[in-house]
Amino acid sequence: MSLLKEPDFGTPARDGEATVELTIDGVSVTVPPGTSVMRAAKHAGLDIPKLCATDNLEAFGSCRLCIVEIDGARGTPASCTTPVAPGMVVRTQNEKLGKLRRGVMELYISDHPLDCLTCSANGDCELQDMAGVTGLREVRYGSGVEAGANHLDAPTDSSNPYFDFDASKCIACSRCVRACDEVQGTLALTIEGRGFDSKVAAGAGVSFMESDCVSCGACVQACPTATLQEKTVIELGMPTRSVITTCAYCGVGCSFKAELRGDELVRMVPYKDGGANEGHSCVKGRFAFGYASHPDRVMEPMVRDAITDPWRKVSWEEAIGFTARRLREIQANYGQGSIGAITSSRTTNEEVYVVQKMVRAVFGNNNVDTCARVCHSPTGYGLKQTFGESAGTQDFSSVDHADVILVIGANPTDAHPVFGSRMKKRLRQGAKLIVIDPRQIDLVRSPHIEAAHHLSLAPGTNVAIVNALSHVIVTEGLVDRAFVEERCEDFDQWETFISGPEHSPEAVAELTGVPAEEVRAAARLYATGGNGAIYYGLGVTEHSQGSTTVMGMANLAMATGNIGRAGVGVNPLRGQNNVQGSCDMGSFPHELPGYRHVSDDDVRDVYEKLWGTPLLNEPGLRIPNMFDSAIDGSFRALFVQGEDIAQSDPNTAHVFAALGALELLVVQDLFENETAKWAHVLLPGTSFLEKDGTFTNAERRINRVRPVMSPQTGKHEWEIICEISQAMGYPMHYDSAAQIMDEIAITTPTFAGVSFDHLDKVGSVQWPCNLEAPNGTPIMHTDEFTRGKGRFMETVYVPTTERSTRKYPLILTTGRILSQYNVGAQTRRTANVAWHPEDILELHPHDAEVRGIEDGSTVALSSRVGRTTLRAKLSERMPVGVCYTTFHHPVTGANVITTDNSDWATNCPEYKVTAVQVDLLVEPVNAQAAENLEPAVVGH
Amino acid sequence: MSATGLPPHVRLANEIARQFAHREPADAATRIANHIKAVWDPRMKAALISHVDSGGEDLDPVAALAAEQLRPVEARGAQ
Repeated sequence: MSLLKEPDFGTPARDGEATVELTIDGVSVTVPPGTSVMRAAKHAGLDIPKLCATDNLEAFGSCRLCIVEIDGARGTPASCTTPVAPGMVVRTQNEKLGKLRRGVMELYISDHPLDCLTCSANGDCELQDMAGVTGLREVRYGSGVEAGANHLDAPTDSSNPYFDFDASKCIACSRCVRACDEVQGTLALTIEGRGFDSKVAAGAGVSFMESDCVSCGACVQACPTATLQEKTVIELGMPTRSVITTCAYCGVGCSFKAELRGDELVRMVPYKDGGANEGHSCVKGRFAFGYASHPDRVMEPMVRDAITDPWRKVSWEEAIGFTARRLREIQANYGQGSIGAITSSRTTNEEVYVVQKMVRAVFGNNNVDTCARVCHSPTGYGLKQTFGESAGTQDFSSVDHADVILVIGANPTDAHPVFGSRMKKRLRQGAKLIVIDPRQIDLVRSPHIEAAHHLSLAPGTNVAIVNALSHVIVTEGLVDRAFVEERCEDFDQWETFISGPEHSPEAVAELTGVPAEEVRAAARLYATGGNGAIYYGLGVTEHSQGSTTVMGMANLAMATGNIGRAGVGVNPLRGQNNVQGSCDMGSFPHELPGYRHVSDDDVRDVYEKLWGTPLLNEPGLRIPNMFDSAIDGSFRALFVQGEDIAQSDPNTAHVFAALGALELLVVQDLFENETAKWAHVLLPGTSFLEKDGTFTNAERRINRVRPVMSPQTGKHEWEIICEISQAMGYPMHYDSAAQIMDEIAITTPTFAGVSFDHLDKVGSVQWPCNLEAPNGTPIMHTDEFTRGKGRFMETVYVPTTERSTRKYPLILTTGRILSQYNVGAQTRRTANVAWHPEDILELHPHDAEVRGIEDGSTVALSSRVGRTTLRAKLSERMPVGVCYTTFHHPVTGANVITTDNSDWATNCPEYKVTAVQVDLLVEPVNAQAAENLEPAVVGH
Repeated sequence: MSATGLPPHVRLANEIARQFAHREPADAATRIANHIKAVWDPRMKAALISHVDSGGEDLDPVAALAAEQLRPVEARGAQ
């Protein structure tokens, strides 16, 4: 239910050409075969009454409100379950149908509380609407107790922190159950009992909170009454206005209707026309927005001379003046290259663009990097080397056409849940699944889904496995020779390389731990099973050979011809909402916007003319290099935009040492985060509800982020950057964020056709968006690769230097959980902590038993760089010898443990492989290792 | 200094060199040098060259060869 109502066609669309012509209420309409009469009627501009039907769910035919008369057909069939037929003549309204519908409504209303005026769904209730539409004027049976047996005393389940389930208002239409099944794919809900006793239940005799429910909100969205209702609506009342915008969480980039009363956000409702999510959502995007108005938010600028001093709240003018003066002083003392900035994947394209512009044009160097350094920088490198473009190849809907889905190093149901649901839908339709992951992630075996092959490899052996897959494809004659010959280059030498016996599944079985026959079977399935699509995540990139694995996957896709059409491709699942965009916008120290190298004179010339200043032609420092250079003294000041590097970057002690060595650290953020503890200037940032700009998601989709309220801090973040630049002596001014996008468009060929006006008109576009593709490019490399020919790359497996030893015999791998996001700065300030109040160490029961560890034990986790404590959870999802934790809570400080090993090509940290020991702690230790390194202890 | 005890430029150059260890040294050195030229900040390149000049301790020999290609052209001519 929602304030802003998109058209509801009642049943899903059917693919195919509109060839079936029929007449409904005298109106002729032509629709594709398989379309329901209900949907055809809507196309003809006719609304048929309905309660159990909605167009994101298959027809159910239970409410009987949508009955119609069809010439030649007996009785009054339900229009939702009746497919159209050529020449069909349908009547949707007459006296008989009206009487039958009123009869149905009488039965519903006789067992429904008549509290419309005080009901939370008043004005937004389909049952109420249908009473009006059907002309219900009396209920012959009475209502409530007078009608006899009823459900009016049915209890309300308030266990979920975000929504209530008021069973007394349930009409048993099954929309919630079907939404959980068909849209979300969790199958947590069911109809319990039969006949009059039928009722919605979350599992067997448990509350919603105790059930398998993942709180995605699909059931709330589907409910036609107030049975499943957001608590915020119950508490605050119906919203009065609605703004379409984009989620601030993961790289799926869901579109939402932000629904408000005045300036107060009441609820987020997934937008049906959103290209990325098509009306679905997850627990974070739909419900976890409370952080935006959390009292912890920093609302005024603050400065201090030393981090041991207390913060001083100051005016914007003073904060900006202080920042500019100190930056120039430091450059005067230590050189032009002694300062730099880190952009954020949580800010808009426009905000990122002006930061990199400030670095290049005002700081006069290329010391700008982005948090994508520590997640998907290998994607940018690997795909550019092979395909010629630093981005995924497909749109999300492409998965609907995949026959074999290969998921490697990704856990979409937790980290990209809305896309995960889409993938699960396709898998339930029969697509085959191959999972390459040390852990038995949920996808491996979940309701109605089972992976054909789970290659549970040893952490750090991705390249060996991907090479083995390619080896089988090449040596067993499964290469798509025609595709390779027409579209690719350097195949012959790669074929010789990959055919080498050292790459065979048998040769690598011992080091990967995966039986050779399983690898062979998976390779055969990927190569011969129809459309093969690869989806991958940080389990690929965050390794010492992250870039090599990306190139290896590109080799796989090219060798099998799985590029350039729907259902195939190589698809990175980006971690944060604007990882793609922050990279696109020139955040890497060696690339100007659009991934063009700083040494390219022609490209620099474009910016030098526009910006009126010479630009350096040498790369700048990457984030790890900034840390190293801070420690060696050549890098003295850092501007950090919306990123908590002190918590998210590896080897916390090393990061702390670097931050402690800086003379000036400027943090722009919503909260006084872990990094801000080392800062001298804290500039309050804006939440996504206040931003005006664009995010670019994992499928290159540029979506509008529309402000639903003015900046609560008084300034847009891009304005702050402009004012710092001006205070440093460089005139930078824009009237609006739209003007920044206009500058991006005229300087970046892949964005040439993008403007706020265009986005407002068409909804969203996927870059490249230019004259050749004015509405964007959903699928890339269709006729030729961006670089011309796809290039096969030799991908030699080189083992990581991080290996288990007698002292550190286990391998730790880190990741995310559904309810929390990244460093938790946002989600920890919402009720999502109900699901994940602390980081937990998962380990196999065998590894636990030999250490005397039980489920819930407090354990010490140590590596060669640090030590922390947390509680253990025994899990057979983990292979023996491997343990897992998340990095959402600063009190745990998982990155105290991780090392500064990194991807050879990009320096993306090797988060996924750390040799550790786990010991049972008899006495819980409260003080964490990370805390012991905090500023008050370490000082300068 | 990193947890490995090596200066960052040495550790990073060695990591790159390991990826090309299967190639002939001259070819590997060129590939390593090209990669470093494309993505390293000048101070890191200078530090690597300086490390080579001071004996190249713990630096992969092929990475040391690559470092020679990072020298400014005039400096290379003077070697």
